[in-house]
Amino acid sequence: MSENLLEVKNLKINFKTYAGIVQAVRGVNFEVKQGETLCIVGESGSGKSVTSNALMKLIPQPPGIYEEGQILFDGRDLVPMTEKEMTKIRGNEIAMIFQDPMTALNPTMRIGKQIMEVILKHNKNVSKADAKKRAIELIDQVGIPFPEQRFKQYPHEFSGGMRQRIVIAIALAAEPKLLIADEPTTALDVTIQAQIIELMKEIQRTSNTAIIFITHDLGVVANIADRVAVMYAGQIVEYGTANEIFYNPKHPYTWGLLGSMPDLDNDADQLLRTIPGSPPDLIHPPKGDAFAARNEYAMQIDYEQDPPMFEVSATHFAKTWLLHPDAPNVPVPEAVRKRIEGYIQKNKEAGIDLGKVGE
Amino acid sequence: MAEKILEVKNLKQHFGSIKAVDGISFDVYEGETLGLVGESGCGKSTTGRSIIRLYDITDGEITFQGKNIHGKKSKKELKQFNKEMQMIFQDPYASLNPRMTAGEIIAEGFDIHGMYKNKKERKEKIGTLLESVGLNREHANRYAHEFSGGQRQRIGIARALSLDPSFIIADEPISALDVSIQAQVVNLLRQLQKERGLTYLFIAHDLSMVKYISDRIAVMRRGKIVELGTAEDIYNYPVHPYTKSLLSAIPLPDPISEATRTRIPYEHEEVGDDAKSHEVFPGHFVFGTDAQVKEWYTH
Repeated sequence: MSENLLEVKNLKINFKTYAGIVQAVRGVNFEVKQGETLCIVGESGSGKSVTSNALMKLIPQPPGIYEEGQILFDGRDLVPMTEKEMTKIRGNEIAMIFQDPMTALNPTMRIGKQIMEVILKHNKNVSKADAKKRAIELIDQVGIPFPEQRFKQYPHEFSGGMRQRIVIAIALAAEPKLLIADEPTTALDVTIQAQIIELMKEIQRTSNTAIIFITHDLGVVANIADRVAVMYAGQIVEYGTANEIFYNPKHPYTWGLLGSMPDLDNDADQLLRTIPGSPPDLIHPPKGDAFAARNEYAMQIDYEQDPPMFEVSATHFAKTWLLHPDAPNVPVPEAVRKRIEGYIQKNKEAGIDLGKVGE
Repeated sequence: MAEKILEVKNLKQHFGSIKAVDGISFDVYEGETLGLVGESGCGKSTTGRSIIRLYDITDGEITFQGKNIHGKKSKKELKQFNKEMQMIFQDPYASLNPRMTAGEIIAEGFDIHGMYKNKKERKEKIGTLLESVGLNREHANRYAHEFSGGQRQRIGIARALSLDPSFIIADEPISALDVSIQAQVVNLLRQLQKERGLTYLFIAHDLSMVKYISDRIAVMRRGKIVELGTAEDIYNYPVHPYTKSLLSAIPLPDPISEATRTRIPYEHEEVGDDAKSHEVFPGHFVFGTDAQVKEWYTH
């Protein structure tokens, strides 16, 4: 096991609004090791994007407030850093990719120049000619054909998928240790999405970059994640390796997410499992477990006390009272269990050894 | 087999030199859900909009309940047509008038069609519709911004149902919604279909959701339907290489198989003028030249 590149400890982010203080992130803990991919999954308003923006110190203050917590990157805490200090880290050591590639690129500037700008800014010793060479290499590396000709083109001359490749090239220009990707494939078609994900995995294999990948698509998570953090109402409610989250989910919210996604082998006569209701108001977060109101397995204690993170294994945690030794035994819902068993069976037939997962 | 409710023959919709829809034909049968899938720009939304007369079509014929919908129509005929066919839109934020209450939005249709005797009956109708889509009667007096995305889409559905149509075009009705809310809306659409015998044209790019909701599926690419068949056939026995490529790109919530499976890239093959729709087995159509289809089918 390598060292933790990033450790987030008890991070709390609030926003001041006219209606009151929104507690967008309410005590989040996670770590990312070098070369691994952490996926943060959650629905809109769960705090996943606020968390990722907070890591880059991109939360405008005001209205944002870093209420509490630490963001330790390579051993240094980013929270108290000044804007000047952060400029050295942003782009250089931590780079970010956003959902919409068009707004991330300057429409009036040739893409070659946009990539060169980053290279020159981050390394004062590089000559212009070398920067150009490097930029062309990067365009080639992200899988764009004819890099020399493409170097001279403007963003509007590229398709959506190609633009996202350029954004990735810019992010990689300074060889960051950590890449944060906030829904980088959400705006793309499935076939293009598959290509971009392949590309990101390839980059990780060759450069050992750590990736934080934010998404709401569980299929994408299964494809790219080493570890998964499921967020709900500003908190991480389940945290574990991809296999643990998908084959042995423990939190009722994770069950809900898995159940509400149709599956290609799904029985068409069955209704999808839904999570009733909608997420809570984070100006007045509910007392107890924030998920209680939507949780069909909620117990009395869920409305009174916020559950701690219960340990399922050394790498797997879930924030639900159902894991308390005194709680009744609630099995995984039938539909979700059936599906997981189906996957495990299919993988067994394909001759893949599953070891202990799924038990 | 049920009666045909809609027949589309050689539909073309060109915008200047852009052939958004380029000669497609398909039928929709009463009570079924036909899924129309494809990537952005393939012409699937344009097809839906042409069917509901949002565009004047370039060429072809669309017959709905036995009548040509693009022919000259009297006001009365148009009114009748509008009543029978309704649409649900993708963006629940943009498709509701922010200055109208949910009740006004839902009642607009039956105000125009004079479908109630008095105010009391109108109110009652709004209430029943709201309840049938899982909202409360009290919601009638609220404005769009007071609802969440999922609730707004429910209002959009209630509006579509208000005139008691037989055919609904749902254009990406869930893609703007969160996963857990998507399932709520899809379940609602299926339940309403059962209760009211509705027919759906379900346009989407999310293939797993389309497979789940559709009886039959048409796959579009660059203005053409490249493959059409039952949902089971399309997913289990795809013939066209584009369909295979699309299916191979769907990510599944299964990390181990995701780690091992390979995507099939699609190399676009030029199709000549002799390309046409071939029925490879009953009800399963593939678009290509004779030689292409033969080759794909034997593979």
